[in-house]
Amino acid sequence: MIQARNLTKTFGPKVAVDGISFTLEKGEVLGFLGPNGAGKSTTMRMVTGYLPPTSGEILISNLNLATRPVAARRLIGYLPENAPSYSDMTVEGFLRFAANMRGLSGESAKRALGRAVELCFLQPVLHQGIETLSKGYRHRICFAQSIIHDPDILILDEPTDGLDPNQKHEVRSLIKSMGRTKAILFSTHILEEVEAACTRAVVIDRGRIVANGTPEDLKARSPEAGAITISTSKPMDSALAGLAGVRKTSQLENGRLRIYPVEKLSSAELVAGLLAAAQKAGVDVYDIRIEEGRLDDVFRSLTISDTKEVRP
Amino acid sequence: MNPALTIARRELAGYFQSPVAYVFLVIYLLLSGFFTFMVGGFFERGTSSLEAFFIWQPWLYLFLVPAVGMRLWSEERRMGTLELLLTMPVTPLQAILGKYLAAWLVIAAALALTFPLVLTVNYLGTPDNGVILAGYIGSLLLGGAYLSIACLTSATTRNQVVSFIVSVVVCLFLLLAGWPPVTDLLVQWADPAFVQLVSSLSVMTHFQSITKGVLDSRDVLYFASVIVFCLFTTGVILRTERAN
Repeated sequence: MIQARNLTKTFGPKVAVDGISFTLEKGEVLGFLGPNGAGKSTTMRMVTGYLPPTSGEILISNLNLATRPVAARRLIGYLPENAPSYSDMTVEGFLRFAANMRGLSGESAKRALGRAVELCFLQPVLHQGIETLSKGYRHRICFAQSIIHDPDILILDEPTDGLDPNQKHEVRSLIKSMGRTKAILFSTHILEEVEAACTRAVVIDRGRIVANGTPEDLKARSPEAGAITISTSKPMDSALAGLAGVRKTSQLENGRLRIYPVEKLSSAELVAGLLAAAQKAGVDVYDIRIEEGRLDDVFRSLTISDTKEVRP
Repeated sequence: MNPALTIARRELAGYFQSPVAYVFLVIYLLLSGFFTFMVGGFFERGTSSLEAFFIWQPWLYLFLVPAVGMRLWSEERRMGTLELLLTMPVTPLQAILGKYLAAWLVIAAALALTFPLVLTVNYLGTPDNGVILAGYIGSLLLGGAYLSIACLTSATTRNQVVSFIVSVVVCLFLLLAGWPPVTDLLVQWADPAFVQLVSSLSVMTHFQSITKGVLDSRDVLYFASVIVFCLFTTGVILRTERAN
């Protein structure tokens, strides 16, 4: 649905986006991760046709955004950063305007409005002026605007920004369920969001893609990924002494021990070896698990470095 | 419905939901009345015409029209809705025309509300209603030209006050360019051809020739070209703004 090739955007001497390419298919939820100022919003603004790229090409459903902008934008629903809306209008008036702009009128506009209002829980404030409403409501109003024409492609810039935890949860499940039938691109700097809603994630740092994969792929890059955390009745030192395949160990709080396997050995094999060794040494195992790795470790290692370039 | 009309309708509703339109209408009508009757000497003239009314239009519009137009784009830029608007399936031209049309309709509504003046002169005497009609057309064109300038300046800034002041200054320049004190000053040192050029840029000469009842195509063309030029430039500004 979206093909972006070599997108570059410069603002004067500043390179905001530096050769980003990605594709997005129907049924995918692609998360854009990155620190503030990494170029996430700029990329989204280019994909929605707001900012013309300095170079590069964007195809929306095989329509070239540069030559067929209106036809391409028809397919997209967009929630810009900070969720702007016309604050002098009522919620209903604003959503009707959005529906009309999308070519819906009369009965079909009414249905679209009803559906969007229901999905975004806007019923209680439908007739209120937008300027009187809280940030959470305004956010959902703009979100409702983006889905009012049931677009094939949804582009959401920080869709959960400014929402309370319950609302965050609702929006995430909404994204996840809509992701089955649409192509969704959303940006966030909340890592749990990526795990909760994305089928694939792209990490962007200083205008470049530094990683691209499923959340599991990304987590597997964490130094903790595949390590085993074990909690036992007494210290494991003697049991570990004779065990092959241990690269290093580190003591955690509460007497837990983290054991890193050597690269050749799978974590499951090490678990089996550990359990056998513990039994032989007469140590009771209370708890044992394989670490999945933590996304924020990966995020930090990919984006923090100012000197060395991390490439996928 | 055409997206330009959807935008115009929203914009028009915006004017009437906020105090802008009402303040504009009331102040315009009050000032029009004051200038027509007290300063213009409507009754003392002893002629059944609306000259005393139309003569003040360029000066009233000088402040009131930029006040209507200053929010057109700067408000969108300030609230961030520009991004929303221009990522909807609409061409920038449609968006510009839609918003411009709405603001022009507010000015047209204000003009239409001066109808009691027309009734009054028709009651008191037998005016040439063709001249009056020409005066209204001229006023509408004049308002449209000022408005297109305000539209242009508001596209350059997110600050409405800046937008207002700059458009007043530009309108004032166009207004004074053909004013005798200015042309007399220019004549003393400039080439007559240059004076001719400057005064032909003036809204005053074109406006006055229309209000005399002569709907010359050159005058209409002048206003039309000011409007087209300004709206086109608005489009260019909005585009370069995003490109850089």
